[in-house]
Amino acid sequence: MSDPELGDVFGPSGDGDDPELVQLLTPEGERREHPDYAADLDDEAIAGLYRDLVLTRRIDTEATALQRQGELGIWASLLGQEAAQIGSGRAMLPQDFAFPTYREHGVAWCRGVDPLYLLGLFRGVDQGGWDPRETGFGLYTIVIGAQTLHATGYAMGLQRDGVVGSGDESRDAGVIAYFGDGATSQGDVNEAFIWASVFNAPVVFFCQNNQWAISEPIERQTRIPLYQRALGFGFPGVRVDGNDVLACYAVTQAALRRAREGSGPTFVEAYTYRMGAHTTSDDPTRYRLNDELDRWKAKDPIARVKAYLHTTTAADDQFFEGVEQEADELATHVREGCLGMPDPHVLDIFDQVYAEQTPELAEQKEQYAAYLSSFEGAH
Amino acid sequence: MAQITMAKALTNGLRAAMEADPTVLIMGEDVGKLGGVFRVTDGLQKDFGEERVIDTPLAESGILGTAVGLAMRGYRPVCEIQFDGFVYPAYDQIVSQVAKLHFRSQGKLPMPIVVRIPFGGGIGAVEHHSESPEAQFAHTAGLKVVAVANPVDAYWMIQQAVASDDPVVFFEPKRRYWEKAELDESVEPVPLHSSRVVREGNDVTVLTYGPMVKTALEAAIAASEEGRSLEVIDLRTLSPLDMGPVAASVRKTGHVVVVHEAVVNLGMGAEIAARISESCFYSLEAPVLRVGGFDTPYPPSRVEEEYLPDLDRVLDAVDRSLAF
Repeated sequence: MSDPELGDVFGPSGDGDDPELVQLLTPEGERREHPDYAADLDDEAIAGLYRDLVLTRRIDTEATALQRQGELGIWASLLGQEAAQIGSGRAMLPQDFAFPTYREHGVAWCRGVDPLYLLGLFRGVDQGGWDPRETGFGLYTIVIGAQTLHATGYAMGLQRDGVVGSGDESRDAGVIAYFGDGATSQGDVNEAFIWASVFNAPVVFFCQNNQWAISEPIERQTRIPLYQRALGFGFPGVRVDGNDVLACYAVTQAALRRAREGSGPTFVEAYTYRMGAHTTSDDPTRYRLNDELDRWKAKDPIARVKAYLHTTTAADDQFFEGVEQEADELATHVREGCLGMPDPHVLDIFDQVYAEQTPELAEQKEQYAAYLSSFEGAH
Repeated sequence: MAQITMAKALTNGLRAAMEADPTVLIMGEDVGKLGGVFRVTDGLQKDFGEERVIDTPLAESGILGTAVGLAMRGYRPVCEIQFDGFVYPAYDQIVSQVAKLHFRSQGKLPMPIVVRIPFGGGIGAVEHHSESPEAQFAHTAGLKVVAVANPVDAYWMIQQAVASDDPVVFFEPKRRYWEKAELDESVEPVPLHSSRVVREGNDVTVLTYGPMVKTALEAAIAASEEGRSLEVIDLRTLSPLDMGPVAASVRKTGHVVVVHEAVVNLGMGAEIAARISESCFYSLEAPVLRVGGFDTPYPPSRVEEEYLPDLDRVLDAVDRSLAF
């Protein structure tokens, strides 16, 4: 069997000419109409999204710098994926619930999770300090794809609680599961698709196809466009310009609405690009070319919103300066908060394993505490 | 008082748990209309509906993974794994998610999930239907692991496991599903994580659980005819272990034999022997001996009776201990 041309397989690399790609804002900052999707946002709201995008990127930049300075063990940058995360995150209602991977810093921002909690995980002081129930934002999940099943189960719980399709928009809730292109090869993700489909669970499968799973390109995971896989599982799939915050917002809003109404799951493929390394431990120069990076730089998710806002009255120079100043303050908060984070105490880990402590673990703790105290006063 | 089988006792226990708490769900393959391949969930879907007794797709990781999400939403899923050898597709979700979420969230996300696993051999089954993987779960921090040996314990322990806010891997000895006992529901049960002396004796302590309790008791009867007095302890809980009754018995007898179907290498017996040597070293008159499966995959059923510990192999170990 001969290999088909990659262009035949993936379409014209997700640019605005791809007829299957939902795009509402071009890389040049021009608004576009789409027959099925529209963002119900005025220019003030779009300025708000711009602020989210800039602040999220600043959190990411600061965290990367902190890793380089030895303050974080590792950091997974979201550079390039801000629009996919802010667009989808802002489409959520307070009662919705998100199940993230370990890169959803922008979604965390939308859910009101202090970025310091994210840094805490990568600094090694805890494994996720925020309250998932309070924020509607699950713990970061590092085992690839596992969270898609949790999302589906949570969605089944919503069904049992009578908050799906009740007609009460203030109560009806949906779930959004985040994952990447690499995860679509995992058994758990495919099982989640099947479960969500047969139980008609109110879950949106939001795949950020950033083209790379560490060093493996998308063609190592699939031979058809990912969103087309949804058909085989029995629910709709949509490909959206993942660098277009308006399109991501509109498509996710429609998918979540569908979920809350009781119409079942949707697969959203946000076609985007991982502009940075997989993590701070990765070296992408070993496996991809600068040409590709340059092509995607021209599709930057923030620049296009700024270009658009310049054509409106919603944002003047003062607005942009204000956002920059806010970003600086946020960076200071992130940096100072990170440096000031107390280390955990080793004796605390014994108490967090079980809801009901076991006698043998209590004894281990006691013995280790005694061992530690035997050093007190010694030099 | 009427006699009840272990399978029926489990059904009744599950029914009581579901009546007591509307958040209790049952999920698994064929647990609904069929009532499970061992009929443990017989009639529950009819009485509690398809929303609470869920026939799942054939995907064990899916069963446990969705149970995690349901638990996060406040439900208490009781997951049935159809046979021991089919739990491995769910191993990642059990070990990396179910066991760790309470820890990772510093207690914000308890995982009140029960994983029921019919385990062990002796029923002439084809491969993957007769395994004893309990040590693999007891080795995992964050899980609690129990094994039942009789209908009375089955009735109470399944309710206690469902009520636990921690995840419990619940092993049911499938060849004992049809053993009967009298069940007096008015007698208060002992705590879930406690071991129990089921036959008193003075010469050798026999430690066991699940399907081997019956075998050990039969060995004790045979030994008594030869003038030897075996004390049999049903461990019941494998994680945490309850070493209190064990230590008391070892100090009395000085001789210990641990019996389980699982392979001896790094099995529960290894941990138990180590703990006894740490806490009862000066009481021991002989090394702790282990009787279990050989370090082979579970064999074809025509030879399983020789693979599985039986009365004679238990007594042989008793002889060796006393002759030491």
